[in-house]
Amino acid sequence: MNNNYFINTIRFGLLILVQVLVFNRLNFFGFINPMVYILFLYWFPIKENRAVFIGLSFLLGLAIDFFSDTMAIHAASTVTIAYIRPAIMRFVFGVNIEFQSFRLSNSTRAQQITFLALLIVVHHLVYFTLEIFSLANVLVIIKKVLAIGSASLVLCLLFSSLFSVRKE
Amino acid sequence: MQQIINFVIRYKNFLLYLFLLMVSLGFTIQSHSYHQSRFFNSSSWVTGNIYAASHSISSYFKLSEENKRLVDENEHLRKLLFNGVPRDSVLIDSTWLIHTVTAGRVINNSYSRPRNYITINKGAQDSVKPDMGVITAEGILGIVENTSGKYATVQSILNERSNINAKIKNTNHFGSLVWDTKRYNVVQLVDIPRLVPLTIGDTIVTGAMSSIFPENIPIGTIQKFDLDHSQSFYRIDVSLFNDMTNIKNVYIVNNMDRREILELETETLNEQ
Repeated sequence: MNNNYFINTIRFGLLILVQVLVFNRLNFFGFINPMVYILFLYWFPIKENRAVFIGLSFLLGLAIDFFSDTMAIHAASTVTIAYIRPAIMRFVFGVNIEFQSFRLSNSTRAQQITFLALLIVVHHLVYFTLEIFSLANVLVIIKKVLAIGSASLVLCLLFSSLFSVRKE
Repeated sequence: MQQIINFVIRYKNFLLYLFLLMVSLGFTIQSHSYHQSRFFNSSSWVTGNIYAASHSISSYFKLSEENKRLVDENEHLRKLLFNGVPRDSVLIDSTWLIHTVTAGRVINNSYSRPRNYITINKGAQDSVKPDMGVITAEGILGIVENTSGKYATVQSILNERSNINAKIKNTNHFGSLVWDTKRYNVVQLVDIPRLVPLTIGDTIVTGAMSSIFPENIPIGTIQKFDLDHSQSFYRIDVSLFNDMTNIKNVYIVNNMDRREILELETETLNEQ
């Protein structure tokens, strides 16, 4: 259990640094800055206290906001996916998550990708809706969600296979 | 009472979520209507120092390119010096100066969002204050928005709330420089009356109306112009001289007379 706290703290710090120092400056094609810090929510243990999880996600988003001068948009979208994560998991993994022995690493590859993709899509939708803040630009929002979302998905998958979750 | 407590306990996660969402939306909307938030910006101590540390590493990679730029600028300035200077730039007495200039470096830059901010390594300790202009050797960059002890955030001209007085070079037709958030190398000049003769390639410079920038700082050239929907004003696409994706050395310009100008203007308004 102690080990768990340690890993998550390290992850929290490292993901913030990687996001602001590397991926916020990527500007691939001029506008694609993947958001890899969503991995924190993907990796976070399932059986932890939900309130703690929501609070931590808020702090994570806020920390990214501090660095990227985006008011509190990252915080709002991160806290949203933190809240609906159990619903997404139930949708993706079915009744499996009720079992005590369920682990993310035991599920199939397709399930993991769907789970991650859903997290990213919801996050990006909230994020770009708030950032652009006008319904007249729905097309721009959709374009950004698709382009940046797929970039985030690819990078998150690469990262998750690099640092695969072993026995947690 | 019992029921209320039970309700709160049952829905505590939802309430927590709602509360945090409201907090973040509050911050966001408040700064939509006013300024960039006072607290959430990258000029604060922690973020400023992290960016400065990362900058101290990455700045080595572009040293030669940056040197070349500075030499080019020196060359340009020397040319001015040898070919007879405008009278007021050789004044020695510092009380006669209208504009003072501080050099700084960019430690964080963004250009892909609707609202872009730049963090620079000069702050209140170097007497940088909000509403000072920031320029580079090629053209204008933005306006200082927040400062901390050692750092400042600059509202880039690539920001949907940026609004800078600009005019067509060698005329006195002025308009406002805004950004439509589409492309990072093109900004828009609006409110130029229809009767003004325009040509593609004309240079756009800062106007004299703003007490932030000195007059005639270059901005860009006209790329395309159309009449706006009222059919009486032009909407001009200006392609920037500055490559906004590649900025290192900047100059912070302080107009010593700005306070006096603003005071006079508010006084006049109040008298009406």
